[in-house]
Amino acid sequence: MTAVYTKEITAEIVAQHGLTSEEYARCCTIMGRAPNLTELGVFSVMWSEHCSYKSSKVHLKTLPITGPKVICGPGENAGVIDIGDGQTAIFKIESHNHPSFIEPYQGAATGVGGILRDVFTMGARPIANLNALRFGSPDHAKTRHLVAGVVSGIGGYGNCVGVPTVGGETEFHPSYNGNILVNAMTVGLADADKIFYSAAAGPGNPVIYVGAKTGRDGIHGATMASAEFDQDSEAKRPTVQVGDPFTEKLLIEACLELMAGDAIVAIQDMGAAGLTSSSVEMAGKGGLGIELDLSQVPVRETGMVPYEIMLSESQERMLMILKPGREPEAKRIFDKWELDFAVIGKVTETGHLVLKFKGETVADLPVGPLVTQAPEYKRPWEPTPPRPETVTVAAPANLAATLRKLIACPDIASKRWIWDQYDKTVMGDTIQQPGGDAALMRVHGTKKGLALVTDCTPRYCVADPKRGGAQAVAETWRNITATGATPIAITDNMNFGNPEKPLIMGQFVGCIEGMREACLALDYPVVSGNVSLYNETNGQAILPTPVIGGVGLIDDVAKAVDTRLKGPGHVLLLVGATKGHLGASLYLREIEGREEGAPPPVDLAAERRNGDFVRAQILAGRVSACHDVADGGVLVTLAEMAMSGRMGATLEPLPAGLPAHAFYFGEDQGRYILATSQADAVLGAAAAADVPIIRLGIAGGDTLTAPGLGAIPVRELIGLNEAWLPEYMAADD
Amino acid sequence: MKTAVVVFPGSNCDRDVAVAVEEIFGTKPIMLWHRETALPKIDLVILPGGFSYGDYLRSGAMAAQSPIMQAVKAKAAGGLPVLGICNGFQILTEAGLLPGALMRNRGLKFINRVVTTRVETSQSIYTSRYEAGQVVSIPIAHADGCYYADNATLDRLEAQGQVAFRYVDAAGNATEAANPNGSARNIAGLFNETKTVLGYMPHPERVVDPLFGGTDGRPLFESLIGALS
Repeated sequence: MTAVYTKEITAEIVAQHGLTSEEYARCCTIMGRAPNLTELGVFSVMWSEHCSYKSSKVHLKTLPITGPKVICGPGENAGVIDIGDGQTAIFKIESHNHPSFIEPYQGAATGVGGILRDVFTMGARPIANLNALRFGSPDHAKTRHLVAGVVSGIGGYGNCVGVPTVGGETEFHPSYNGNILVNAMTVGLADADKIFYSAAAGPGNPVIYVGAKTGRDGIHGATMASAEFDQDSEAKRPTVQVGDPFTEKLLIEACLELMAGDAIVAIQDMGAAGLTSSSVEMAGKGGLGIELDLSQVPVRETGMVPYEIMLSESQERMLMILKPGREPEAKRIFDKWELDFAVIGKVTETGHLVLKFKGETVADLPVGPLVTQAPEYKRPWEPTPPRPETVTVAAPANLAATLRKLIACPDIASKRWIWDQYDKTVMGDTIQQPGGDAALMRVHGTKKGLALVTDCTPRYCVADPKRGGAQAVAETWRNITATGATPIAITDNMNFGNPEKPLIMGQFVGCIEGMREACLALDYPVVSGNVSLYNETNGQAILPTPVIGGVGLIDDVAKAVDTRLKGPGHVLLLVGATKGHLGASLYLREIEGREEGAPPPVDLAAERRNGDFVRAQILAGRVSACHDVADGGVLVTLAEMAMSGRMGATLEPLPAGLPAHAFYFGEDQGRYILATSQADAVLGAAAAADVPIIRLGIAGGDTLTAPGLGAIPVRELIGLNEAWLPEYMAADD
Repeated sequence: MKTAVVVFPGSNCDRDVAVAVEEIFGTKPIMLWHRETALPKIDLVILPGGFSYGDYLRSGAMAAQSPIMQAVKAKAAGGLPVLGICNGFQILTEAGLLPGALMRNRGLKFINRVVTTRVETSQSIYTSRYEAGQVVSIPIAHADGCYYADNATLDRLEAQGQVAFRYVDAAGNATEAANPNGSARNIAGLFNETKTVLGYMPHPERVVDPLFGGTDGRPLFESLIGALS
């Protein structure tokens, strides 16, 4: 069937809904007629990039998603992994990039609210929030305002619901000037026999709406997230939702209270595309139909029409299917928590989503085709041209000045100004807070701990997408390993530019390929994720930013270590091979102003061998502090260990064969610095395991002393590291 | 020893304090829903931290009007010990059980970090296991912790020994720099006239285990065992 246009549904209306004429023709084929406006609205959000993954699906399918510890992989509200003793961890990361650029406080706040709902919808009590933030250049006129708003929004929401924000990363680059990234991750805990899924079941079962009332906010949010920005994007402010963390807190408690019983058949939060996507997904997964009477939906404004009710992205709402006759006990719980509770429809055998309003049928769509015949594109792509493996980098005039500059640069500078605004210790299970490698949370009531981290190095991804994708996965694996925990699985947040441009699509394809190889080599599957494309303003794309959220498990939190130097006289050892790779390094960018060269190779076999060795040494009790070597190389890593432990270190003469700046600042992968009082045992074990290891020096004193560097007081390093962000935020525009 | 923890809509440190109480007192507290109108027979009521009613209107203002607070006020007048932590302190001032008010932090931002507070007296059921002048490390987590009262009230509170804790530096000095939120006279914790009611902005329940950042909150709960059981 070709596209059928009517007086109501013109080509212009179709275009405003973000559908191409081919996609619209497909709607007409599925419907056997032209859709009405409400039906067109349903198609437009379900087939938006945000909900349908139409450009990315074909590539995402190549990622490994199974493993012995995976209970539920991608496709549900969040991923589920086995953490032993009948317990599971449930987690996901999700972007709220576009809304946060337009209205930073509410955009970021509702990003946190949305990801929390994805997790407690599955029956988990949320125990930790993390985030990954990317802002434009500090010199850009909007950056300060965006940082202030986003941080305050994340804190405002998370603090109020009482879930600690325990980790994250914040970086700056001009490519994000017009498109900041706000990725939020939530981790929750549930018993393995108490996980809730979203597939509808049981024709005749009641469909229940709970939570906040529906308003006109957020209409077309999913469509906005699926288009490029231009100078008129500010006008899209009304599509940003407004969050109410107090209602979310009540919703968490009410849902978990109801979930303690067995009244729920299926449950789904209303996130992007609201009531539309929740009802379509529940019906689609169950292979059934749903009939809704939209007159029963609790609304907070008068005169709302079906189109608005279906597309509203009002926050803090859930859709549930209950066992027949269980409505009264469920209603009692929601009444107790003073939340709306309304029976708005029933499950049917028709396979159709039928919407009624004031006695009339206002939409009738076949759910199967709406879901399975969603467009799927194999977009043309071009690989990123390779950059030279070696770059010529002259030695700096003054190593000490170089270290001082790096330690105070925006990407390395302490983010304390940010995390002081987050409640990190509510719930009483936070063992390691922001500032180390990974956050460490006790599993409440047990000795077990979860190590949690988010990470990505976009400057590597733009230089070599495949290597960058592998590195992002490997770095989270390394961060978790550095605490002593065993990495289990990841969630990914793929932030890219316009996929209709072959080079951008090539970045996506390359990053996925690298991630795939790393996940396979490290037995570290993907269990959930989110894709955010069209992160471009006026044709300027962001750096490719596949943020990885990793989760690991340690059986006894007493065995975990952190990055703080604490034993004077402890020997410092460097694990992993050092070749002095300076291409695409932080040093090259910050000191020489060059964004050049290939990123460091990621040898996944070495990564695994070195990491397994380090973890074993930690669990054997031989390690007093551990930090993975990342941005800025060995010297920055060591400075971070000294600063966090408020203890100095003295390095021995450097190994021959490398210039000092390459040894100190090169970013070769798969490396860790350990502090130990049992150096002989660790060195012996390394030799036996064929793990490259060298002795770096000794912890102690109050200066960082190294060949060519002189002695820099740790106190001075702390001052430099802590000063940048508060001073930047306090300055006038 | 019997303890009750009141749960308001939006309380979020209720579980934390219940865990600390159970661990230190050896008995599980009773969790009391805000709609209850009477208190069971208990030795101590705790108003936990959090964002009761989302901090809408003013922190603690709506919770202070809830049915349970009428019962708490009546029993407090008869000498029942009431401990308000963070949001609980805000509720105590809104309910009139403690004088003054807790306003938006001087820096206007929510702050969560470890601060040092000085124990002003060990002569109370809450502080007998501390030394007077002892400096304790303890986290704060609030946006509205700037204690305010007029000068006459502050003078009276000082004269009657009602200041329980002050924000101080590591050496124990109540300096401007050590005052995280702008509180009048660095007040972090306050008693009523009989020292049976305590409002404390920091979170003692978060520092009762060395694995989670220290044990400086323990003596507060241990003092209560000594006094009440």
